[in-house]
Amino acid sequence: MAFLDIQHLEKSFGPTRVVKDFNLNIERGEFVSFLGPSGCGKTTVLRMVAGFETPTSGAIRIDGREVTGLPANRRNIGMVFQAYALFPNLTVAENIGFGLKVAGEGKAAIARRVREMLDLIGLPQLGGRYPFQLSGGQQQRVALARALAPRPQVLLLDEPLSALDAKVRISLRDEIRRIQRDLGITAIFVTHDQEEALSISDRVVVMHQGVADQVGTPFEIYNRPATRFVAQFVGTLNLLDVDVLDATTGKVRLGGVPVALDQPFHGRPGERISLAMRPESVELGRGDSDRVVLSGEIAAVHFLGSVIRIRVAVAGQFVSLDTFNQPDRPPPSVGTPVEVSLPHRDLMVLAA
Amino acid sequence: MTEGRLWSWLAVALGGLYFLLPLVGMFDFSMRMQRDGYSFEAYRVVLADPQFQQTFGYSVVLALLTIVLGIAIIVPTAYFVRLRFPGLRPVVEFLTLLPLVIPPIVIVFGYIRIYNTSSVLPLTGSWWGTNLLILFGYATLSLPYMYRSVDTGLRTIDVGSLTEAAQSLGSGWTRILAVVILPNVFVSVLSGAFLTFAIVIGEYVFAALLNVGSFGPYMVWMGGNRAYEPSALAVVAFAITWACMALIQLVTRFSKFSTVRR
Ligand SMILES: Nc1ncnc2c1ncn2[C@@H]1O[C@H](COP(=O)(O)OP(=O)(O)O)[C@@H](O)[C@H]1O
Ligand SMILES: [Mg+2]
Repeated sequence: MAFLDIQHLEKSFGPTRVVKDFNLNIERGEFVSFLGPSGCGKTTVLRMVAGFETPTSGAIRIDGREVTGLPANRRNIGMVFQAYALFPNLTVAENIGFGLKVAGEGKAAIARRVREMLDLIGLPQLGGRYPFQLSGGQQQRVALARALAPRPQVLLLDEPLSALDAKVRISLRDEIRRIQRDLGITAIFVTHDQEEALSISDRVVVMHQGVADQVGTPFEIYNRPATRFVAQFVGTLNLLDVDVLDATTGKVRLGGVPVALDQPFHGRPGERISLAMRPESVELGRGDSDRVVLSGEIAAVHFLGSVIRIRVAVAGQFVSLDTFNQPDRPPPSVGTPVEVSLPHRDLMVLAA
Repeated sequence: MTEGRLWSWLAVALGGLYFLLPLVGMFDFSMRMQRDGYSFEAYRVVLADPQFQQTFGYSVVLALLTIVLGIAIIVPTAYFVRLRFPGLRPVVEFLTLLPLVIPPIVIVFGYIRIYNTSSVLPLTGSWWGTNLLILFGYATLSLPYMYRSVDTGLRTIDVGSLTEAAQSLGSGWTRILAVVILPNVFVSVLSGAFLTFAIVIGEYVFAALLNVGSFGPYMVWMGGNRAYEPSALAVVAFAITWACMALIQLVTRFSKFSTVRR
């Protein structure tokens, strides 16, 4: 059985169901992200795991023990909040030692653990400071140390980086991951930032309107999105509406022109479906044989530095594609007729 | 100096005179007990009066108990209202303002009617009962000041997150209130406490009608029977109030940590 086992979790606030049949198994030591737009229920699931909200139905087990009805202060779970939530009246060292003191540990043991934690977060000299004397990034490190000090079974982080500026956000997220790996602690990390989720997680749960749309490794989520929502939310995506000609042989019509997808899919003739493709898998030109080819003309060219993003108009719709900048090959000018192509396997067929 | 500035200075100066002149006059008068020039004779007489010592001591003890009771009632109430029933805040605020709206004389007559010797709970019949009654009464009088200052203090901290952080670290409610919430609103609690102190020290209506020997009735009695001493007493009373206010400032200035976000 998985270390953290969430089964058929539901939560309603009054008449609105905010979390719907949420199921998840997390292995010991795994780092799992909840990714989704604001309001999709990420925090609510996390708070049910932490014990701050009571599920309407469903069960949560940690290491085989049912905790669904257990109050938050008896769950042995570490929590890191977006707003840090350090105790303003306590020093950094007292903040970190808080959980140990509650657990009734001796002074010497607490001091030892606090020093260990301060070293872990790389702030060994700041034990005597008060929270208001620290930068945001330092405060969040202290909050992390405070959550970890009592050796919780699970670490929960609710958008811990959202209040920080871009640079700190990136260095701290790598540090969180390093610490999590060093300690081998099971962690759930909530974020609405797909780059954050993809870059540091073992697995990502993409949430949408209270439902876990897809659970998978970052690689799976990005390359094999299970739903249209996942495909659109994670990464940049080109979507083209086409009409089905023959689903079994993979023929569709795009703006009156037949296109061969050469892969069977589900759909009735005449039905409107969506083709999805990542900008990085589309190329200018026909390429080798065995590729899906679309014709159009250049609509816009955005020079981004090492990458050039080109928008191509195809039968009244648009496809963006990325090419690397090559000093000896200037990008085509707007209005030039072009063909673009992509490998069959990179084309995703989404039900409309 | 522009004309507008001149007028503002004039307004401030007039206001200042309005408040200061009577004080200066009173102070001047209190120093003239001995014919041959200024002296602190009136103060000496007042401070040496055993009645003064007794009533003042009684009122100080009563004020301290009122503060403790007020904190014990108000801090958890304001905290849970903010945490769990934010919708009730206007209602609770209105309730705590009632003692300002209802005259003390009405309140105390209510008490006497309900708790008189022929009632179910004859508090006024015994020394203990009377003192309890006046303690509870004063706690009520302190509600507007206590609740507002505590609530203001709670506003400067993120009550919800701090509570949850403490809970996830294993704390129960008692520890959260005593170790996390109270220290962070302590400065606000103190300012409420000093106001309460000033009110209880000078309170007359409750004390007179419940017939307890506190400082308020003593001051009134003095005022009716002596010449110089009442002025000296008034100056002393003012000094106490000002000392309280200065203490609030000091405590605020020198508290080690800050709950204000930067
Ligand atoms: N205590 C609550 N009472 C009523 N509705 C709530 C409460 N908490 C959250 N919600 C609603 O539940 C939905 C999901 O919220 P939340 O879990 O915070 O989303 P996320 O963290 O993904 O942004 C939102 O529509 C929010 O308005
Ligand atoms: Mg959230």
